[in-house]
Amino acid sequence: MSNQNFQKRHRAEKRFKAYGLISLVVAASMLAVIIGSMAYKAIPAFNNYTLNLEIDMSNQSTNSTIEDINYRGLLRDSLFSLFPEIEDRSKKRKLSKLISSSSSYNLQDFIIENPSYINKKFYFNVLFTDDSDLFYKGYVDTSLPESERRIDDDEVLWLEYLYSLGRVKNKISSNLFLNGDSREPEVAGFFGATIGSLITIFVTLILSFPVGVFTAIYLENFAVKNRLTDFIEVNINNLAAVPSIIFGLLGLAVFINFFGMPRSVPLVGGLVLSLMTLPTIIITTRSALQSVPPSIREAALAMGASEMQVVFHHLLPAALPGIFTGTIIGLARAFGESAPLLLIGMVAFIVDIPGSISDPATALPVQIYIWADSPERAFVAKTSAATLILIGLLVIINLVAVILRKRYEVKW
Amino acid sequence: MKNIFKLFVTTVSISLVASFLLSADADDQIKIVGSSTVFPFSTAVAEEFGRRSIYKTPIVEQTGSGGGMKLFCSGIGSQHPDIANSSRRIKSKEFKNCTEKGIKIIEIKIGYDGIALANSKKGHLFELTTRDIFLALAARIPLDSDSSQLQKNPHQTWKDVNPDLPGIKIEVLGPPPTSGTRDAFVELAMVQGAKSFPALDQLGRSSKDGKIEFKKIAHTIREDGAFIEAGENDNLIIQKLIQNPNAIGIFGFSFLDQNTDKVQGSIVNSALPTFDNILQGKYPISRSLFFYVKKNHIRMKPSLKEYVKEFTSDSAMGPYGYLIEKGLIPLSDDEYMKYKTTSDELIELTFE
Repeated sequence: MSNQNFQKRHRAEKRFKAYGLISLVVAASMLAVIIGSMAYKAIPAFNNYTLNLEIDMSNQSTNSTIEDINYRGLLRDSLFSLFPEIEDRSKKRKLSKLISSSSSYNLQDFIIENPSYINKKFYFNVLFTDDSDLFYKGYVDTSLPESERRIDDDEVLWLEYLYSLGRVKNKISSNLFLNGDSREPEVAGFFGATIGSLITIFVTLILSFPVGVFTAIYLENFAVKNRLTDFIEVNINNLAAVPSIIFGLLGLAVFINFFGMPRSVPLVGGLVLSLMTLPTIIITTRSALQSVPPSIREAALAMGASEMQVVFHHLLPAALPGIFTGTIIGLARAFGESAPLLLIGMVAFIVDIPGSISDPATALPVQIYIWADSPERAFVAKTSAATLILIGLLVIINLVAVILRKRYEVKW
Repeated sequence: MKNIFKLFVTTVSISLVASFLLSADADDQIKIVGSSTVFPFSTAVAEEFGRRSIYKTPIVEQTGSGGGMKLFCSGIGSQHPDIANSSRRIKSKEFKNCTEKGIKIIEIKIGYDGIALANSKKGHLFELTTRDIFLALAARIPLDSDSSQLQKNPHQTWKDVNPDLPGIKIEVLGPPPTSGTRDAFVELAMVQGAKSFPALDQLGRSSKDGKIEFKKIAHTIREDGAFIEAGENDNLIIQKLIQNPNAIGIFGFSFLDQNTDKVQGSIVNSALPTFDNILQGKYPISRSLFFYVKKNHIRMKPSLKEYVKEFTSDSAMGPYGYLIEKGLIPLSDDEYMKYKTTSDELIELTFE
């Protein structure tokens, strides 16, 4: 009888372990599927095909200023010289659309930086447009009828000819990492959005960390226990569960409409996100303070330390790892947030890289949203690439939290 | 510890002071709000403008047509947007709100956008009429073609709607009611379909109450699962269509144009949703796209006039401009000239 019972308990134990393992495997495989499919879709975003063109500036008259040079014309002439047999105007138009419209600005920037190239012949790499680029990457099915693909038969011939000339190179897309947003997928990058996110998070940290920590210290060590503090406590816990969009509405009403702050700036974004992060920081700081054994506090008081000395010399240093962890987790949540930013105008097309808290900026999650909503096919890869970067940054942030906790952890 | 604390307090106070000093914005960067349909075109112009001119690249916000108009009409001054994009014409109510604030508006029509009903290339090519669309998607439909009696929409398959259509279950993925695409689809396809019933058409013309009743019938889309609200993201709708070859999706022409290898546009009133058909007005479900400029801001922001000039230039909005590459259907020559003059001479919009 007892043996039977024993076996039964053993089986239950085994089953329980198996359930746990199955859950773990399911969770891990889901994560693997998400990351894997993202990574697979993101592949085409990391490289770009470029065309090496010979630019002939030897005939440039010396008296024209750098801005007046017809860079578009120079690129066009160089491209046309590779196809001397094409004379039809509309075909020439189509041919000139194989290369990115950004090329002429790149050439202009290059000449402004290196004016010595005027009056010379030199080689210059230009980007292909997103459609030509996808063709080289093998995403255009040439077996489909001409009307059903973005690259028609003429263009296929031209692109293949250019490739056979050995002028087409496959390069890592530096635009993706160094540019702001753009309408042209081959030019668009997430650097502007990443900087915007970092500035916003910096504002959030600067505001929410001291306010949160001091609130927690006061509530934990100084506040009298009464109905009012109970009420405040309930409200703080409640705020932690409020949907983030509500904070966006609040930000719109208070900071923008009442205080007249500008829209689309990281300052307002940081203010809104710090309202969102505050409850998390207060709650975790309080529990970190509570986990410091009362004996430490009593010993300090017995040695004649004042309340303030107890807090700053003993309680806070001991609770710091917990406070850091809570803060970082709160910030990580704010980092991935896009809903409240929608209402304060940070869901916007912004090309320039923000440089201060009052420059218009967008955030990384918002950039993902904007790209995911764009019709151009090449933005699908960009969306996935930006998502991977966002996940990567979050992993780094959380790793920092783990390391800080491990490093400063005090065992009682 | 004490030092760290002091350092921290100093940094915080310096940053706070700096932030409030910096928050006064005095630049003349153009601010644009509004429709997500116009967004790709507006941003393309903004980017080109930023590269070519001495001014900063304008900020373009995606707020939806209605939301954009609300912000636009909120007042005059640098904290209010300079331009509102819209995938429909300004409503008389909005116009009134705007003029009450002393805002003077310049209206520019930029072109057209077709709304496609498309399904996977693996599926059947649908040949629909606006009447079929109404019969398939309205919540209530007439008992028969001459009756004014209404019934709850009983149709389960396309064959129930029209015997010429295949016996495939009706599954339509479309945008939610907050979307401008949904507004335009209802206004253009459903209303036209409802008008093909003489009794309903008469109801709509009869009286004020009849008009409201007609609107209710034509605008209400069924909620029994045949019409599925698939969110604002058109790329997502296309992905769902590939997985389910029998489903039809409703989205803008530019998305069809980018995905012709995966999906096919259905024929509506014997016209395919192609560039030429929409341009010539043969395809019935197409709408006009606009942007509205705050004339009061032109003097204080010199860049504003330049931006409008860039947008209405031949190289942008013209029949072979870069916006056409992005999927915009251009205006006819006469209309183009009209709006070019409007923008050059800054002619104010008046509502009749």
